[in-house]
Amino acid sequence: MQERPDLIVCEECDAVHRRPALAHAEIARCLRCGAELERDTGSRLERLLPLTVASLIMFVIANSFPIVQIELQGLTSDTTLFGAVMVLNGEGMSLVAMLVLATTILFPLMQMLVLLYLLLPFAHDVHDGHRPGVKILLRLMQIVRPWGMVEVFLLGVLVALVKLSNMAAVVPGVALWAFGALTILLTVVVSFNPRYLWRILVSERRDGGEAVP
Amino acid sequence: MSAGTHNTGVDDIGGIDGALQPVAAAAEPDSAIGTDIFPCHHCGTVWQGAQQDEQCGICHAPLHRRRIDSLNRTWAFLIAACIMYIPANLMPVMITSTLLDEQRDTIMSGIVYFWASGSWELAIVVFVASFMVPLFKLVALIILTVSARRRSSWQRLQRAKLYRVVETIGRWSMLDVFVVSLLTGLVQIEGFAKITAGIGVAAFGSVVVLTMLASLSFDPRLIWDEVVPETGQATDKEQKEKDIND
Repeated sequence: MQERPDLIVCEECDAVHRRPALAHAEIARCLRCGAELERDTGSRLERLLPLTVASLIMFVIANSFPIVQIELQGLTSDTTLFGAVMVLNGEGMSLVAMLVLATTILFPLMQMLVLLYLLLPFAHDVHDGHRPGVKILLRLMQIVRPWGMVEVFLLGVLVALVKLSNMAAVVPGVALWAFGALTILLTVVVSFNPRYLWRILVSERRDGGEAVP
Repeated sequence: MSAGTHNTGVDDIGGIDGALQPVAAAAEPDSAIGTDIFPCHHCGTVWQGAQQDEQCGICHAPLHRRRIDSLNRTWAFLIAACIMYIPANLMPVMITSTLLDEQRDTIMSGIVYFWASGSWELAIVVFVASFMVPLFKLVALIILTVSARRRSSWQRLQRAKLYRVVETIGRWSMLDVFVVSLLTGLVQIEGFAKITAGIGVAAFGSVVVLTMLASLSFDPRLIWDEVVPETGQATDKEQKEKDIND
């Protein structure tokens, strides 16, 4: 079994191509099916760590404060995301509660923490050569990737707000804005294909080469 | 994906197309499956002379030509999703109790409510996310699975694009699950107004999860299998002859 770094195989149609040399911001597409083969990541990797840290901060804010408060005939009620999950759980909807918990809290948090763990040593320029669990964590990140749905949740919040505004006074909370910021940050962070991390963290390091491109 | 997704206005497609020649010369097949070239589906490393089920040297995942048992798994998830689609649309997803009455909403009556109360923009958003997207996904995945099983050469590029659309939009049908969850958590004013999640939302959530699992199990490479580099009429004809012989 021999590695062929000069070749690239389309992930969607299995067509074999020669690996192109990409200039700045170029994207290579499969000639047969048009899927993206590779893109020039440029300085995106260096930006990934600060973006991940910012996402984590926003994540903490978004989950610590009420998303929205309603006022009805002098009575008020508010909820955090986790609070809503707990109410669902208490109503015998534990499966739905688990689904919401996983897609909006657990999986996004896992992705951010894994990225933070994998990227931190680069920032400090520590070439330790060995980080435990890199392979398992990268695999985990690839599995979890389709299931993080913060952006869908944000749209859900907006729909719920409009629905409520007909029956009560609605006061958006701090967490709503934090969710907005988190959605934008996560979109950038998650759009970074974990495949490039494999190349950067595992294959180049194995060859004893410089890990940072 | 449109040209708008790339930045800086570099004419990348034109630039790359020139440099990107398929390895397949006239004699060699286009797909890796007919050769000893073996790509790892997890980390993208390309190996030569590897065996099925051998471990990838980079990520240690077992190497497979195609996702394991792809079509059977896709079918299983699809059938389950089709069954759950019925209670998802018939059962109430949300129960609103006030002092005076109790209102049970299904997915559709929620959309009608938005439309009737004048917020037609939201009615369209919810209609698309909760009704159109799951239905479209079910139909599209059935078409993809059936045509892949028949190894059809019909509209391969369009089917590949269809799969990409299904993968992109699938997550958005979770919208109603989140709306109901948030409303349930929020409107808990004892004895005055209370929103409870109905059993329909569990069925609806399972449709979303099952269709996502179906599209994740489907291997888009199957769309292109048995493709002959000299495409066009000859391939279709050969395929048909082969089908008849089978």
